Amino acid sequence: MVDLDILRRLSEEAGVSGSELKVAEVIMEALRPYTDSVARDILGNVIALKKGEGGQPRPRVLLAAHMDEIGLMVTRVEEGGFLRFTTVGGVDVRTLLGQEVIVHGVHSLPGVIGAKPPHLQTPDQRKETITGEKLYIDTGFKDKEKLEQIAPIGTVATIDRNLQLLTEGRVAGKALDNRAGVMVLLGCLQELMGIKHCADVYGVATIQEEVGIRGAITSTYKINPDLGIAIDVCHGDMPGTRGDEGYPLDKGPAIGCGPHVHHQLFRALKDSAERVGISYQIEPSPTPAGTDAWGIQIARSGIPTALISIPLRYMHTSVETISTRDLYETTRLLVAFIQGLKSSFVEGLLCY
Amino acid sequence: MLLKRLSAAFGPPGQEGEVRDLLRREIGPYVDKIWTDALGNLLAEKKGLEEGAPRVMLTAHMDEVALMITHIEDTGLLRFKTMGGIDQRILVSKPVVVGVKKVPGVIGSKAIHLVTPEERKRAFMLRDLYLDIGASSREEAEKLVTVGEGAVFNSSFCLLGDNRVRAKALDDRVGCSALVEILQRQYPVTLIAAFTVQEEVGLRGARVAAFGKDIDLALVLEATMAFDVPDSKPHETVTYLGGGPALTIMDRTLIADPALLASLRKTARERKIPYQLRRTGTGGTDGGAIHLTEDGIPTVVMAVPCRYLHSPASVIELSDYHHLVDLTSAFLSELTEGRADK
Repeated sequence: MVDLDILRRLSEEAGVSGSELKVAEVIMEALRPYTDSVARDILGNVIALKKGEGGQPRPRVLLAAHMDEIGLMVTRVEEGGFLRFTTVGGVDVRTLLGQEVIVHGVHSLPGVIGAKPPHLQTPDQRKETITGEKLYIDTGFKDKEKLEQIAPIGTVATIDRNLQLLTEGRVAGKALDNRAGVMVLLGCLQELMGIKHCADVYGVATIQEEVGIRGAITSTYKINPDLGIAIDVCHGDMPGTRGDEGYPLDKGPAIGCGPHVHHQLFRALKDSAERVGISYQIEPSPTPAGTDAWGIQIARSGIPTALISIPLRYMHTSVETISTRDLYETTRLLVAFIQGLKSSFVEGLLCY
Repeated sequence: MLLKRLSAAFGPPGQEGEVRDLLRREIGPYVDKIWTDALGNLLAEKKGLEEGAPRVMLTAHMDEVALMITHIEDTGLLRFKTMGGIDQRILVSKPVVVGVKKVPGVIGSKAIHLVTPEERKRAFMLRDLYLDIGASSREEAEKLVTVGEGAVFNSSFCLLGDNRVRAKALDDRVGCSALVEILQRQYPVTLIAAFTVQEEVGLRGARVAAFGKDIDLALVLEATMAFDVPDSKPHETVTYLGGGPALTIMDRTLIADPALLASLRKTARERKIPYQLRRTGTGGTDGGAIHLTEDGIPTVVMAVPCRYLHSPASVIELSDYHHLVDLTSAFLSELTEGRADK
């Protein structure tokens, strides 16, 4: 159903915002066999094209999933082989204590974010929240100069985390926000190989979403699509979440609605799901912020935009948890939508 | 590497079976007798070359700090408590394995986006956390895990920087590994090796390990905290990596036998083996239980300095490990009736 090898590579590969090259290469390699062209643009977005059938003008569809992940960046190299760091994107620093990390220097270095042993803590210290300035990465080097050569200021680091295969087809790992979305993007373009569709489909793995939705802005401008769909993750249900704060796993994709989503596109996605029997959820969002949909919607003179999200637990930690069944169903939904897409529908999107 | 296999083994207090089985296989060829006791300690005897030579106990504990599954919720999520001294704040966002079947799971918490700025200032404590094995219901979870089972960190073993190792459970698998190496050599004295259970929950195994074995003196092989890290004051470091094994003068459970300690330091000096003194009075080891066995046993503790003890990824320097093995072996080789006497 879902190629776990590819998902594993996507999750485990590093791609902190602004340093997406390594994961971009994995994505490009995966895309080549089933697309007409694959290239990186000026800022580093990966853009693949799967052409439709029939004469021009064919509808131009943009599918965007961001490939960057939150991470850490070295700010100071200290005596004894320790690195101080800042965060890139919305890292919850409370989740960093005791983590194994990889420092992506001139070559990759393992490290650990050290924690004071409980034996040396007072009862009060044990309840204290650890703040970023108290943390450091221990690389095991004795010599500051040697370490500075390998991991100078500005080097990024990620949590060292293998994809964990849980029961019932669920998986946990780092960067599943939004490699899960990238996985759906790859799966959709692959499925389209065997299916008649009239639209030219542009699949984009975008950069720097986590620091300000930047790749979506330039890639949408370049492609100038008739409609755009952002594929991202939404909060899964967790203890303590209200019904509108988290969406259950295994209940299918969450179709977004709100100011940033085009009404007709929203309806068409729901209709597609119902036509082929895909269970889905509705994710209402009162603000447009937070995903590539924001960047796509306001490109050029405006692009009809939709948002499809995969429920994900423990967002922005290194144990983000999703259901592979949801990945498959989200892929099916996009394929069904593109398969049913007509030029007349696209033209109607501008008529209110 | 034996240390790698020992580190990877599953050994919550009271559930040390995998570690015990591994050690039993490893020491088999080098000892005269192997047995286990009522608590699960793994014991072995290796006869000395000299008739009537002193009987020396060497110990290392097999268990590691861990979690225990205490409740399965209707949602399929597991609640847990800690076994041994774990800083609750390090638990969030770590992969673990549950039970001897090593069912993979992760420790989740509410996402940062869903909490108030006020809540973000509060550390994640046990009550905020749960273990997610992917099960969608209690019924599904119960197929894989049982209340009472232990869970340990699912960390990787790797070489780090300059001749260092990063791994879980180095406390006290370094001691276990060193003891196996020591047993591979022959000494004038008779060795009684005790791989103990339940050290992390109150030195339980060690309390009975030395009983009835006619022990003249005991050496406890351990991992101890090193806090030679940024922002620690010079008097807080306890030990430092690369300074050789740390000898305990006093901790919460033991004041080391002065004559024995002096004898060890003399051996180290003569053989030019680096060592350091452990500079804190906190913490406790199996030595605390062993030296109070029967009418008393002269006991010392020798430990590999270890950063981030009781966390998913602790760090040691391999030279300290090798020097621990060397110092212990040298001491045992020189040990005669006369020197063991007080």
